[in-house]
Amino acid sequence: MTDVPPPYTAVARHGMSPTPDHDEAARFNFLAGFNKYLSAGIGGGNARTYATRVLPGFVAEHAREPADRFEIRRAMNRDPWHRFWSACKRNSMEMRQHNGRQMVLRQLDELDGRAAQYNAGRATLVLDPAVEVPRYQRAVDIHCMPGSYHGEERAGDVSAGANYDCGIFATTGGGLGALNDGGGAALVEWARRERPGWQPQRILDIGATVGHNIVPLALAFPDAEIIAIDTAAPVLRYGHARAQSLGAANLRFVQMSGEAIGFPDGYFDWVQTTMFLHELSGTALPRVIAEGVRVLKPGGLMLHLEQPQYSDEMPLYEQFIRDWDAFNNNEPFWSAMHGLDLKKVMRDAGLPDVFVTGVRAVVDESVFPDQSKQVEDHGRAAVWNAYGAWKPTA
Amino acid sequence: MTEGIDWIDRAGARAKGKRPAYFDAPEQDRTLSIVLALVAEVSALRERLDTVERLLDTNGTIRRGDIEAYVPDAAAGRERGVLVKAYIARVMRGLTQEMEAMATPEPSVEQVSRELRDL
Ligand SMILES: C[S@@+](CC[C@H](N)C(=O)[O-])C[C@H]1O[C@@H](n2cnc3c(N)ncnc32)[C@H](O)[C@@H]1O
Repeated sequence: MTDVPPPYTAVARHGMSPTPDHDEAARFNFLAGFNKYLSAGIGGGNARTYATRVLPGFVAEHAREPADRFEIRRAMNRDPWHRFWSACKRNSMEMRQHNGRQMVLRQLDELDGRAAQYNAGRATLVLDPAVEVPRYQRAVDIHCMPGSYHGEERAGDVSAGANYDCGIFATTGGGLGALNDGGGAALVEWARRERPGWQPQRILDIGATVGHNIVPLALAFPDAEIIAIDTAAPVLRYGHARAQSLGAANLRFVQMSGEAIGFPDGYFDWVQTTMFLHELSGTALPRVIAEGVRVLKPGGLMLHLEQPQYSDEMPLYEQFIRDWDAFNNNEPFWSAMHGLDLKKVMRDAGLPDVFVTGVRAVVDESVFPDQSKQVEDHGRAAVWNAYGAWKPTA
Repeated sequence: MTEGIDWIDRAGARAKGKRPAYFDAPEQDRTLSIVLALVAEVSALRERLDTVERLLDTNGTIRRGDIEAYVPDAAAGRERGVLVKAYIARVMRGLTQEMEAMATPEPSVEQVSRELRDL
């Protein structure tokens, strides 16, 4: 059967979902199909370009093979086929943003009104204007999202969160599931399998954005106290309202930096991040890990979900293609982060026994694509590595 | 519609961060952006037409609101996904076929024709 993404209308609606009109949904349907064409359809053309002409050309010129992914990138960026492919991909990212923002901004009054109903006077949303947006967040608009996570079209709005939420479908073709929560759902499955009967009392999610992947944990452990922190107020406003509408009453959204976590030592049973570490900086990353270890109870779990790290075993070409977003989709820390030895960073922070395990999005497979059967969209597939450790008790 | 901000203008804001140049001439980058936006709009138009046809099939008549409210069932969703896929294959033929061509180096047809002359 021809493999096509589900229609945008199959995405689940929650209390904060922007309402697409017919053509807005159709534009996202096009983009989902177009991205699938660029990755599963002809993405392999990049490897072919490399093998048939870029690598031979490089060897002819330098009398050796490329030494790292950066040399491959510079050589590939001169190849007409790869350039055209990259230009198409970049445009698809920009169109996703433009389409999402048109849909959200035309109905922003309505969305802000709904958010106010869920948020006003609620103790589960704690905003702190004194929290600064870190410089590594302000340098460029990450993944070409105008205004990034912290931008506002007017004071107190939810536009950033709504746009982030509504368009993920287009770039992943529904790969993250009906609520874009396939990662969080996978974490729940993993914990249940790994520690049957475990009832963590307090869970911290650092860099939660709109809470896509922490809501499943909040719903799975309804008696636990769950804290989601982020430095960006607009996504917290949206995320809190969304979580409330989904019934996650035990989930508190707090504006706070992972570099200075305002909770006591040993407070949490589980500290986690999902797709977060690659948006930090060289000095912030170890600081966030160290802070996470500090607030973690002895015997508690630290878990980070990320795309796989680059290692010496990963072919240089594979590293290069996974780096595409770094330079073409405004992910300035992506390349350096994936080159880090994350296990060592965690060990240095006081977690001697780091494990790495593969995790794939858990989605309703009757409607959304089964990630084990998808052709890898390097660096964007809903297939991750979990870097975890249990904090020593002694 | 949203009051107090120009939503069309703001929706088109650019993302902070220098945009890579993919082609030698900036006009080529600009032109590709226009072409791809048009490609997307044709796809959306075609989907709208499909909606109209399906509504006419079932109801014999339609109102604009029916179009906006239409949600395809699983089978219709798949059929429309296949339409989009086939459409993309048509507009992207050049890039796809160039990828295919890379797999096997070929002489120019001019060269083949010279060879055939002497065969
Ligand atoms: C890629 S998103 C994370 C996605 C999210 N965890 C999920 O699973 O859907 C990165 C988020 O980290 C936030 N962020 C960046 N630096 C931070 C910091 N120092 N402390 C807390 N949040 C931060 C950004 O505002 C942004 O919302």
